[in-house]
Formats: sequence, structure tokens, C-alpha cells
Amino acid sequence: MELIAKNISFKYPSAKKYLLQDVNLELDNKKIIGLIGDSGSGKSTLCKILSGYVTKFQGEVIFDGNPLPKKGFKPVQLIYQHPEKVMNPKWRMKQVLEESWNVQDEDLAQFGIQKSWLTRFPQELSGGELQRFSVLRSLNPNTKFLIADEMTTMLDAITQAQILDTVLKIVKDRKMGFLLVSHDMDLVDTICDDKIYLKDINAAMK
Amino acid sequence: MDKLLDVENVSISFIQYTRGLNQRDLKVITDLTLDISEGEILAVLGSSGSGKSLLAHAIFGILPENARLNGKIKFKGKELSQEDKEEIRGKGIVLVPQSVNFLDPLMKISDIAIGHCETEEEKKAKKIKQREIFEHYNLGPEVDDMYPFQLSGGMARRVLVSTALLADPDLVVADEPTPGLDEKTVQETLNHFKHMKEEGIGVLLITHDIHAALEVADRIGIFYSGYVIEIALKEDFSGDGENLLHPYTKSLFKALPANGFEVVEGYQPLHGEIIEGCPFYDRCEMRFDRCKVERPELTDVGNNKKVRCFKYEEGA
Repeated sequence: MELIAKNISFKYPSAKKYLLQDVNLELDNKKIIGLIGDSGSGKSTLCKILSGYVTKFQGEVIFDGNPLPKKGFKPVQLIYQHPEKVMNPKWRMKQVLEESWNVQDEDLAQFGIQKSWLTRFPQELSGGELQRFSVLRSLNPNTKFLIADEMTTMLDAITQAQILDTVLKIVKDRKMGFLLVSHDMDLVDTICDDKIYLKDINAAMK
Repeated sequence: MDKLLDVENVSISFIQYTRGLNQRDLKVITDLTLDISEGEILAVLGSSGSGKSLLAHAIFGILPENARLNGKIKFKGKELSQEDKEEIRGKGIVLVPQSVNFLDPLMKISDIAIGHCETEEEKKAKKIKQREIFEHYNLGPEVDDMYPFQLSGGMARRVLVSTALLADPDLVVADEPTPGLDEKTVQETLNHFKHMKEEGIGVLLITHDIHAALEVADRIGIFYSGYVIEIALKEDFSGDGENLLHPYTKSLFKALPANGFEVVEGYQPLHGEIIEGCPFYDRCEMRFDRCKVERPELTDVGNNKKVRCFKYEEGA
């Protein structure tokens, strides 16, 4: 299974310069790749393109031999830095989770989610607790590739280790692909098999 | 070195309505104790959403109306009342906020920095001083006429820092100054704090970023579930973490990717979930029976260090 970006170029409509230019990237489920780059270099935009959130760009994204589906469940899931921004504040956590899939008790336990948290609203949980939900929600059985964009930046080291440890186990079990975007070099060196510097593959930055 | 700020057994709770007219008292900070001397940087390290920013709000007297504050906040040995805080804020103690969102979006930068002036002369004098400090921080005259949204991340940070220093403060409180910045700007921001320290200013750095804390702080206060559970020296965060005292701090250090990435089970109990004993009881590997029902106090262990754990009690 491969996620391939071919000659991706992107610029904001009002901008003169391209943010991404002729970016080529090949990812698979055999290696865990770390993506590194300065802030403003377009890492997050590239992640949004790879996961199908941004659709107006030049070039193509090929997943498993086909373009990303326009409708329905997205096999490439993206997790952001701020979980509180991707949850409906008026839903209880159970509803937030079940919007994606029918989560079993053992999945909750695996992520250290307490059952009592399910009846709470997002603002009644801490960032670390919310991020556990956000990650579990994205691990729908139809998810084939996971992109973590600064997923644990706001969390303390222990919660970071817990969440990543569980995610990596699941990724391995289900033979999923995993792309980690982070500015923490220690973290990238610890869990990734390989790393890519965005400026090395982005012509707009040269 | 003279003591600047003493925070003694501060607790903060919020009165919330649950259903109808039923109220409950939600304790967010249960026991926060720390002190800062001149020319010292003390970091308060806690995870996001743990309520550590409320400490800054308590010092400046800007807690919301439904908050209840107990304990003592002393500045240069004198306990501060709400009136004292209103008098002293922006002069003796200043805040470096998290982002430019805290600035008035419709005011020009130099007007924000100068603030309210009674007379024209005062304004002129302040304007000259503002220009000097801005220049020192590499902010050209064109910045004076900009609006907050026109500043880049690094520039915004320099504006916030130089605005704070305009008042010649004794103590600077910085609330989460590093997130959302690239490595270069983070480094630059941290260097600003180092310079403040060199000039004898005390800095209270409230952050969730352990790397930032280790880079600049002299001592680090670890905040867990509403308590300060340990105040450690920066040097203790080295080797195998053997000089760290509290079991939570030890696990935190070992969970860093560079130090083994070790996983500890459990989660930090949130406001209202904390058992009557030690807040770390459920996750602790060296717990005693008494830890479940008795809550340890923050005790001085010498060398400016403190820990809240029965293991380090005398005779234990």
C-alpha cells in the first residue's frame, strides 16, 4: 500500500509565491517516516493535501493506485495539534467518538480512556485526554494511513509516550502507514525509520 | 539575592452551577507554593489544561468573579491585597502574554506599548523610552505604526517582551511564551529571558514545554493535578534522573524521547477527581498505604529544593 504525491504545487489564491512547488513524495506502510521543516514551510498544508482536506492544488495524490475518494470515508486520516478544535463542543464525548466508528471497551482501555469521560463535553477534559479521543476516533477500521501533524506537541512527555506507544502498536497490527510531522528531533529519531526534510523536496524553498 | 515573590499555599476554586440553583465548588489549583528571587528564572511546568495559567491571573488580580482565591501571594515580603495587585501590575510585576491576541487589534503598536498617559510630557518621555527599547530589540521605527496583525511571530514576541520591559519591572511573568513558534524564534525568545535574568529581573515562566524550561530555568516547579509536587534544580534533570525526587518527575524525565521514551500507565486526575490522599497515588510505584488517605505536604529538602512525598519525610 502506497501513498504517493506527484508534482504537488500549491499557493494561496492571494499569494504571489508558491508555498509548495513540485513536491514528490512516496510513502508506504513498511516504514515510519518523520517529516521535518521550519514553521511556515508548508508541512501542514502538505498534510492536508495528502489526506484530502485541501483539494485545490496542482499535481496528484495517489493512494493504493487510485486518487483519494472525493466522498465518503477518507482512508488517509489526519490528526492535528489541537483536539479541542476538531470536536463539536455541544456533543458529549461518546457521540464524538461514535461519529466515526463503533468503539469497543477494549479500545477505550487501550488508550486509557475512562468510561466516565464518555458522558462529558469536550471542554470538561484536558488536552491530553481529548487527544486520546481524537486519535481513537481516527482509527476507524477503514483507516489505512495515519498522518500525525504535531499530534503530541501540546502534551506532557508521559502522555506523549502513552499515546504514541499505543498508536504505533495499532499501526503495526493493522499494517497501516504512518507519517509523523514534528519539530522534536529526539522524537523523530526515536520512532521513525527515516526522515524527510521538506526543504529538500520542495522547489519553492530552494 | 532578595526574595521577590512568594506564593504560599495558593488554592483557586470556581463556583459552578450544576443544575438549577445547585452550586458546586470546583477546585482547580489545590496547593501551589513557590518562590522567586532576584535574577532567578523559575519555571512552572504543567500539562495543558491543568490550570497553571490561573497562577498568573491570581498574581495580577484578574481572576474571574466566580473564582475564589485562598493562600498568600507576597511581593518583596509584603502580602498583596487585590488593591495592591491593581497598583503594582504593569509596574513592579509585568506580564508577557502568550500571543498578540492579547493586544488591542485596533491600536498601533507604539500606542499599546506606551499605554495610558496623564499628560503630553509624560507621553513624550515614554515615547522616547519606548523607541530606545524597541531599537534594542531590533524593532525599527516602521513597527511603531503597525497594527498587531501585521507582526510576524518573532516580531510579535519582541514587541511583547519590550513592552513588558518598558515599565522597568522587578518581576516578569511569562505565560506560555513558546508554542507556535519555530525553533529559531523559540531560541530568540528564551534568550530574552536570559538577558532579563542577567539584569537582575526575576522571571516566572509558566509553560508546558519541558525543553524550554530546561533551557533557561534555574529551578523547575512541577505542577500535577493542582499541586506543586516538586521544585527541582535544572541540573537534576540529567543522567538517569537519579537526582529527581518525586516519582512523577522521574517518570516524566524518563518518558522524554531522548531518555528512553518509557511508558507509565494512568492519567493525571483532573479537577474534582482527586482522591483524599496523594494525587499521584494511583500511578505511583513506591507508594505506602498511608498515601491513599493522607496527603503529603510540600517539604523543604535543602539546597532550595522541595518535594511533596512521604518517601522523603524525616525518618521515612
